[in-house]
Amino acid sequence: MEKELREYTVLTHAEYEEGIKEGKLLGLRCASCERITCHPMPVCQWCGGRSLERTELSGEGELTTFTVIRVPPEGFEDDVPYIPCLVKTKEGPCVVGRLDYDAERASQVLISKQVKMSGAYTHKGDKFSGGTHTCPVFVVVE
Amino acid sequence: MRDVAIIGIGHTKFGRATKMSHELFSDATLQAMDDAGVGLKDIEALFQGAALPGFEEGQVMPAAFSAADLNLGPIPATRCEGACASASVAIRDAAMWVGAGEYDMVIAGGVEKALSMGTSYASRTFAMACHAPTEGPVGLTFPGVFAMAARLYSRNYDIPLDTLREKMASVSVKNHRHGALNPLAQFYKKLGDLKVEDVINSKFVADPITLLDCCPFSDGASALVLCAAEKARKYTDEPIYILGMGQGSGGPLSKMEDLTKPVSRISSAKTAFKQAGLSPEDIDMLEVHDCFTIAELIALESMGFFNWGEAADATADGQTEIGGKIPVNMSGGLIGKGHPIGATGASQVYWVVKQMRGEAPEGNQIDPVPEYGMTDTLGGDFGTLCHIILGRSKRKK
Repeated sequence: MEKELREYTVLTHAEYEEGIKEGKLLGLRCASCERITCHPMPVCQWCGGRSLERTELSGEGELTTFTVIRVPPEGFEDDVPYIPCLVKTKEGPCVVGRLDYDAERASQVLISKQVKMSGAYTHKGDKFSGGTHTCPVFVVVE
Repeated sequence: MRDVAIIGIGHTKFGRATKMSHELFSDATLQAMDDAGVGLKDIEALFQGAALPGFEEGQVMPAAFSAADLNLGPIPATRCEGACASASVAIRDAAMWVGAGEYDMVIAGGVEKALSMGTSYASRTFAMACHAPTEGPVGLTFPGVFAMAARLYSRNYDIPLDTLREKMASVSVKNHRHGALNPLAQFYKKLGDLKVEDVINSKFVADPITLLDCCPFSDGASALVLCAAEKARKYTDEPIYILGMGQGSGGPLSKMEDLTKPVSRISSAKTAFKQAGLSPEDIDMLEVHDCFTIAELIALESMGFFNWGEAADATADGQTEIGGKIPVNMSGGLIGKGHPIGATGASQVYWVVKQMRGEAPEGNQIDPVPEYGMTDTLGGDFGTLCHIILGRSKRKK
């Protein structure tokens, strides 16, 4: 019976989001390949390994790409313009978040800049989202 | 596996529809059945692509109600969902069942009423095909995802963003040129003489993607009659054969190695080519998933029609027009024809079949008629990819 009830989640998504709210980017270190998985998955995102333990990432990385949203989905009207971004962390995995930067000045030269996690953005959610959700916010390291 | 043929095709007018989804799908299905000359009793199963019917009309389980609306009896009717690739997933599954010998004749197609939702709500529900836990709170949209891909493409291939935007615009110009000639297209007789500057100067949706870099929200349906190839000539002198199919899955954006080289698409296209025993050089025409201008470029490279980073120049040079290396989206594509997401894969197959029959609208018809054609359909931010290779003659054994 115990075997049937086994759960494989070492770090839940809720715990990952709680970490972001506390200024920590949490991930998982794989015992097999030693690489880091972030956001959390039940298996290593690189090798599929099952022996994972919690770790904290530095929150530092490089801006892979971004955009400035001008036409928002319902529920994001008050945020416009805002900047979704993709960051390659120093530890390896990529993370999607918001970039805290003047949207009217955001240009192609930002790509490949060093960034670091500076906080959290929590969206209030809607009747489809299963509650509120939180993503990391990054700033450019000048 | 047995060979499978398409013996009938149907397609509603794309744009804004007053009819409900089940009515649109029934219209397309009855057109396809009339085209094939088959009756209700010949249909053994129904596969329906529908991405967001619960949000559009409060309808879950639409496939069963479509079968009922058509009086098809208690046959199995299954909704297939892969966001914007839903209909291609439906066609692939349907063809597998026929190929496996379970059924001789089935309906496969799709339907959507996205335009009726309005931009704000439609953008919200479309964004549900992004990864909800990580991309949801960010407020990412599909124009946003492809805007991010465009910036990365510019960076990867060292093409200045302003130059890339001009080349991207040439996709919109080409596809609107052909959409304007297509009577079933959302932009029929509209935007046919669009200029590159018009695309660049239209308003930003998500920098650097402008409104005219985007396909529209659309209502519409398309359906096909699939039949075991060995029986196809009983119904038509011109069956079109399904020679190869592929399907691939991706994941959250953050787990992708490179947004401009989606592994899901590369893998799906390879599977389809392998099954067909063909390579890109053999293909005479394409209908690819140009949800945004940059998306067409990424599709062409991922499928192997151009080297990485070369589709932008090739498109601007006219290599994807009639008379070029490979005509792409002569129906108008999603940009010119419209994109009722659950129907799009079936619509792409419909227009390949029309080309192969020599029945494409004047100005869009490729001459001589294509021997081999291929569709490419993308769902979500590279989450579901499907490819279907069609031919005028059976697969060589």
